[in-house]
Amino acid sequence: MDLIYTEEQNAFRREVRSWLEAHVPRQPLPSFDASREGFEAHRQWERVLNEGRWGMVTWPQRYGGRSLDLIQWLIFEEEYYRAGAPLRVNQNGIFLLGPTLMEYGTPEQKSRFLPKMASGDEIWAQAWSEPQAGSDLAAVRASATRIGEEYVLRGHKIWSSRAVFADWAFGLFRSDPGSERHKGLSLIFFPLNAPGVRIQPIPQIDGETGFAEIFLDDVRVPAFNRLGAEGEGWSICMATAGFERGLMLRSPARFQVTARRLVELFMGCGTDADPAIRAAVLKAWMDAEAYALSIYSTASRLAAGGQIGAEASTNKIFWSEMDIAMHKTALSLLGARAELSRHSPDAVEAGRWLDGYFFSLAGPIYAGSNEIQRNIIAERMLGLPRV
Amino acid sequence: MDFRFSDEQVMTADVVRSLLAEVCNSQDLRRLLTSGSTWDEARWKKLSELGLAGILVPEDNGGLGLAPVDLVQVAEACGYRCLPEPLVDIVGIAIPLLAAFADHPEVAPCLEQAIAGEITVAVSHPVNPYVPHASRAAAALIVRDDGLYLVAISPDMLTMQLSADPFRPLHTIARVPATRIASRDEAEAPLRQTLDRGALFTAAQLLGMAQGCVDLAVGYAKERQQFGRPIGSYQAIKHHLASVQVKIEFARPVVYAAAADLPHDDVYSRARISQAKLAASEAADLAAHAAIQIYGAMGYSWEVDVHLYLKRIIALTQAWGGPSFHRERVAARVFEKPLGPETTFARETDRA
Repeated sequence: MDLIYTEEQNAFRREVRSWLEAHVPRQPLPSFDASREGFEAHRQWERVLNEGRWGMVTWPQRYGGRSLDLIQWLIFEEEYYRAGAPLRVNQNGIFLLGPTLMEYGTPEQKSRFLPKMASGDEIWAQAWSEPQAGSDLAAVRASATRIGEEYVLRGHKIWSSRAVFADWAFGLFRSDPGSERHKGLSLIFFPLNAPGVRIQPIPQIDGETGFAEIFLDDVRVPAFNRLGAEGEGWSICMATAGFERGLMLRSPARFQVTARRLVELFMGCGTDADPAIRAAVLKAWMDAEAYALSIYSTASRLAAGGQIGAEASTNKIFWSEMDIAMHKTALSLLGARAELSRHSPDAVEAGRWLDGYFFSLAGPIYAGSNEIQRNIIAERMLGLPRV
Repeated sequence: MDFRFSDEQVMTADVVRSLLAEVCNSQDLRRLLTSGSTWDEARWKKLSELGLAGILVPEDNGGLGLAPVDLVQVAEACGYRCLPEPLVDIVGIAIPLLAAFADHPEVAPCLEQAIAGEITVAVSHPVNPYVPHASRAAAALIVRDDGLYLVAISPDMLTMQLSADPFRPLHTIARVPATRIASRDEAEAPLRQTLDRGALFTAAQLLGMAQGCVDLAVGYAKERQQFGRPIGSYQAIKHHLASVQVKIEFARPVVYAAAADLPHDDVYSRARISQAKLAASEAADLAAHAAIQIYGAMGYSWEVDVHLYLKRIIALTQAWGGPSFHRERVAARVFEKPLGPETTFARETDRA
């Protein structure tokens, strides 16, 4: 066990830091969910990252990456969040679909989709859930009918993040009409501007339009857009979900920066704070550190050839509950200013803590609800019976 | 940067785990409990034969010259089995403190016998007013205001206290004439490190105990039927246990990192060790509660082993500094040193 960075890793950190210092926008970008303008500003930032080959450092060089290992990815993320760089508008693409494409895609699919994903020219939404298929994702009904070299997509997808402004979506469709549950599903990509696609934005808890419904009415896509074999969609989706929950979706640095801001907020509030709040502030720091240590441990194991397992589920529960606790502590510290929304003259840090609190409440729901994650832990890690 | 144990470390822990599975299972605990004794001499002999006594002692002083990270999983394994004998206290805490004064004429023979497994040694430290297993020890290291003392233990200097943990005999030690082996100044650094080792290895035991409680409860939940199904098939039970397992999964890397960090002996390593103690105590507390709840009325009985874990967890949560003590050591790092994602492993001296 060696918990000291090598000289190469330190040099890499310095390189990332100086590039970010020179390129991160001075002013925060407008939200990518609230307006086309904000979305395009984030796309522009993705292009800047890609030009510096910083878009996705773990990807192979031919797809715009640097072929770096997971420890270097963690260092990159630490510097990225430290610099306060913009959130990644293409996270559905680069963190979720990208790694899955690399594992299951044909060479032609990889060359077609990965470079444009890395460059931000194509930004992705996820189209998994349906009105009757939430936690019970295997209940999807949207269909993909094979006609010659095309699929015809029909159905109703919902809760699709980024779908309002994104260019493409990847969705789970029933390609075998007689199939049930996990069988007969396929993972298929479709352009969100294709004929027959209608997007209906859904206002979120904060009034912004972060997710949407997608209505598919005889949308024709080439069979080339199917990832993996026909009928293998479920296992590919689970691989995507494993990666999503496991490592990439929420890098530790994000919470370590939140913890640092919370400590700063606490120290700025004077020394006569409630001891319970002080303990909660210390716990926020400890939990963020614990999450980082855990991810470094997983990254070390994966680097040595290990596989990600049920820790995908433990991670997701831990970070989502930690995020809520940190924001609640901040609201306690803000007292009467907790309720002030971002445009209020007295709002602290433009209402960031309140916005962050709202967003944190989505954490235990998206990417597989925490109830489903607890079932997975109980059944796969602890071996408790399914029924 | 490589957050993994070496093959040797994995192997050492495996050897201890298999031995304990053989000599420290539920029947063994029950037999000892019935006998009214707190120490199984046959088991202790087997544990001594593992040759772990000198693991943290420098090679020049007759030890193996290894580091806390080589012992941390052994401590976890001892906790997992609720081992009655204080192997961890002796090997991880008492003997390394003796070794810090190996040159002292009265310490040297004592250290030699302790490494050989001929005697055990207890430590009386101000954070632990009640000394466990002092009556079985040949000698005690005692911290007093003006330094560190070594004393041969005789029954008349011990006043018994009764722990709820039936395997944890406690004593206070009377202020008898003793040999001062170090002044307050000379003892300062070794005692600081002793407290760190105490907190670290106690955390590792608590971590193991937490998993021990979960595994007991899982075993019961698979067997026990209600409404015609194993209770472990109900989400109410699953979610209890999954929540505990999450706590354990996020305490474990903290405990391991604390072990790797301990030799730095600075504000960062102390905060990590304290964090480990807090996280492991919390996981163990939650695990014991969940296990009792899942066992139902059986969990409140003397008959199942959960109460043995619960009582040890109560004891170890306070041993080598309770939660308030350790929270303040974390505060010293959080409120006075740089924070942020780039500071997890880096110290001021080697920060990029």
